[in-house]
Amino acid sequence: MTAFQAGADFGDGRREETQGPRPEAIMDHAGPTAKRIIVGYGFWIFLLSDIVMFSAFFATYAVLVNETAGGPSGKDLFDLHNVAIETACLLLSSFTCGLAAIGSRAHNGLLYYGGMAATFLFGLGFLSIEMHEFAGMVGQGAGPTRSAFLSAFFTLVGCHGLHVTLGLLWLLTMVAQVFAKGYRADILRRVLCFALFWHTLDIIWVAIFTVVYLLGAGA
Amino acid sequence: MFGKLTWDAIPFDQPIPLAAGALVIVVIVGVVAFVTIKGWVPYLWREWITSVDHKHIGIMYVTLAAVMLLRGFIDAIMMRSQQAIAFRSQGYLPPEHYNQIFSAHGTIMIFFVAMPFVIGLMNFVVPLQLGVRDVAFPTLNSVSFWLTATGALLINLSLVVGEFSRTGWLPFPPLSELTYSPGVGVDYYLWGVQISGVGTVMTGVNFVTTILKIHAPGMTYMRMPVFCWTAFASMLVIVAAFPVLTATLAMLTLDRYLGFHFFTNEAGGNVMMFMNLIWIWGHPEVYILVLPAFGVFSEVVSTFSRKPLFGYRSMVWATMAICVISYMVWLHHFFTMGAGPNVNAVFGIASMIIAVPTGVKIFNWMFTMYGGRVVYATPMLWSLGFMVTFVIGGLTGVLVAVVPADFMLHNSLFQVAHFHNVIIGGVLFGMFAGYTFWFPKAFGFRLHEGWGKAAFWCWFIGFYLAFMPLYVVGLMGMTRRMQHYDVPEWRPWLLVAAVGAAVILAGILCQVAQLVVSIRHREELRDLTGDPWMGRALEWSTSSPPPAFNFAVLPYVEGRDDYWRRARLAERGAGPAVEPVYKAIEMPRNSATGFVCAFFATFGGFGMIWHIWWLVGVSLLGAFVTFVVFAWRDRTEYEIPADEVARIDRANRRARGEAFTPAGVLS
Repeated sequence: MTAFQAGADFGDGRREETQGPRPEAIMDHAGPTAKRIIVGYGFWIFLLSDIVMFSAFFATYAVLVNETAGGPSGKDLFDLHNVAIETACLLLSSFTCGLAAIGSRAHNGLLYYGGMAATFLFGLGFLSIEMHEFAGMVGQGAGPTRSAFLSAFFTLVGCHGLHVTLGLLWLLTMVAQVFAKGYRADILRRVLCFALFWHTLDIIWVAIFTVVYLLGAGA
Repeated sequence: MFGKLTWDAIPFDQPIPLAAGALVIVVIVGVVAFVTIKGWVPYLWREWITSVDHKHIGIMYVTLAAVMLLRGFIDAIMMRSQQAIAFRSQGYLPPEHYNQIFSAHGTIMIFFVAMPFVIGLMNFVVPLQLGVRDVAFPTLNSVSFWLTATGALLINLSLVVGEFSRTGWLPFPPLSELTYSPGVGVDYYLWGVQISGVGTVMTGVNFVTTILKIHAPGMTYMRMPVFCWTAFASMLVIVAAFPVLTATLAMLTLDRYLGFHFFTNEAGGNVMMFMNLIWIWGHPEVYILVLPAFGVFSEVVSTFSRKPLFGYRSMVWATMAICVISYMVWLHHFFTMGAGPNVNAVFGIASMIIAVPTGVKIFNWMFTMYGGRVVYATPMLWSLGFMVTFVIGGLTGVLVAVVPADFMLHNSLFQVAHFHNVIIGGVLFGMFAGYTFWFPKAFGFRLHEGWGKAAFWCWFIGFYLAFMPLYVVGLMGMTRRMQHYDVPEWRPWLLVAAVGAAVILAGILCQVAQLVVSIRHREELRDLTGDPWMGRALEWSTSSPPPAFNFAVLPYVEGRDDYWRRARLAERGAGPAVEPVYKAIEMPRNSATGFVCAFFATFGGFGMIWHIWWLVGVSLLGAFVTFVVFAWRDRTEYEIPADEVARIDRANRRARGEAFTPAGVLS
């Protein structure tokens, strides 16, 4: 046995050292990070990157908000009444999504399925109001091709709407997964990610509500 | 049925792309036929295509980069020869073709050479240096790679089917708008870059999570090798910058496909907003590329100086400082926009300030070498070549950060010389150093030193010959991207530049020869110890190539350069090795998800480019089904039994014990 072997292998090489705690003790206590933490953490990083993407759309909107090219401005188009209902839908859906997440952790079917169903309905309600608003604007000749302002508006708000649509698709997949496979650890991690995603859409909506609708209707 | 796609898309009337395309098709068909006849398909499918092993994915990334380097270099040599010929004549490349060539050259070199090379090295090295068995999300890693490959495929498809963008490596509007670029060229660019960009963001998420959350026991942040730090900084920048690229390209896409008015001349569109947005991504992108190269040099210089890195903490702080400041300089790409003297001054000063942490790094490497026993192996030559070349590139960078000087030099060949100076001298030399340095770890044998040194000198001399003249003609007023010219004073310099390109070609041929010779003589170059260079970080503590699980027992880290310390202790006879208790190891199972995603992304992207909407619909549906099928699987991991781990590890220990000589080939 050569001398090199001793140092080359960390599984044993450290036994020569007299200082420091015994390695087994350390490895047992400071074991690898829990999978749930890693997945949740990674998904947070992804959400941050998504928020950066939205920030580019927000910046664009801010630059182009007055470029109406003689067409209608936000003041002419926005109906705060509808937007209030949309906001209520989305905030309530976040609450029910939270209930569903608690239900999944408690393995409580009523809370999980009920919460997810309510989230889906509120989300769908939000989307249909938004589609209605978009269709109305296009109908009165204020579609995205009318002016740079409207291009930026439809892209920013539409991108959020697209996220909500994908979220609904994800929601249905998660319901089916729990239904088919039960509250397995990896599926619970996905429910956690879904909940994070849904709440993030709320945060972005709050910014859209303020920057686009409140400032736009008031200006 | 096929949207805009007709037989007219194939350039039957243009011999050069047609012949090149035919050659590529013959090569691809030949390789596929060869692999099939040899019966290697199941092996490739099992070990590579569906692999989620970070080491295999890393090797595939670097292979992609190497192939694309050849493609991009062919474009380069065509441009240099065109400019050498086209004095008071049209040369041999018509303008519309020449414009496609410089656009393809830049796009390919940045997105499909530099990016995959950098990401490939990180994939291979970072988990090994952290002392862990894989990245945080192994299947996502495979998806990232295959999406990058999809982007490369789409860009290269434009050679034969349709045309490529003529707008330069960044699609500046209004030229890239439908009015002025009605063809599919810009669409190829948009979808190719967009799809690979999604893959890059996923890589960023994956590695930020890996580096922050997954470590061997005792591997605290301030014990991580500098390469891990630079990889971390680079990945942070990816997460924060690439989404802006996604958004910007999406806006241009909406302009072109649905008649939006983000960047058009009409209806309030704002062209300069595109410049701002694209460079908010584009300038950090430069640091995404060069920071990992700095990491490679840090590893190489300390290893071959036989000394710990000088000023580790300052190196870490300099890296993170560059990471942040890289966001605050984007406007220096268009000082001529007319933002006013105060705005320009702020960005000019910020651009000069970023040279400070970079200078700290250069001094750290020099002080690492000072008093060390420097070994002039090939990776060290690349590092020394880098230090000299990068300082010159940095100085010309500070020069063009001076706003009035930039007004003179904007859009001239001086700029072209400057960014090639930092990208070739910084990024590419770094990648070549890393390639030579970690090749034995990946394949179990070293690369041939003689051919490696020849390649270095050809690249080094060729670089100076090719790009120093461009500084001169830039100062003489020659703008970039000229298909022909009639100024006799420029001609001699452009001829020298063409000679330089030929010398670089010789360097590339040396690298090909090096690979062939090394494979043929692999038994003589075999690395049995797992530590051919007297390495310092944990990757050298395992066998070459490492087993699927990297480490039979996770290393326990007690300090910086821990492996080096233990290896030297062992050399002094620190005592006999005690075999660890082997346990079964759980590893992620292979998955075809990445490959299938890329399949649908390719067809979806192709459908978008040619307006074949049903194909887009089918591909989106396919992607969603892939996602659900992946989510539905029940077994995500497989177990390597303790006996198997013990067998592999004992064989490795025996080989190390028998073959170890401290300095390997260098002694």
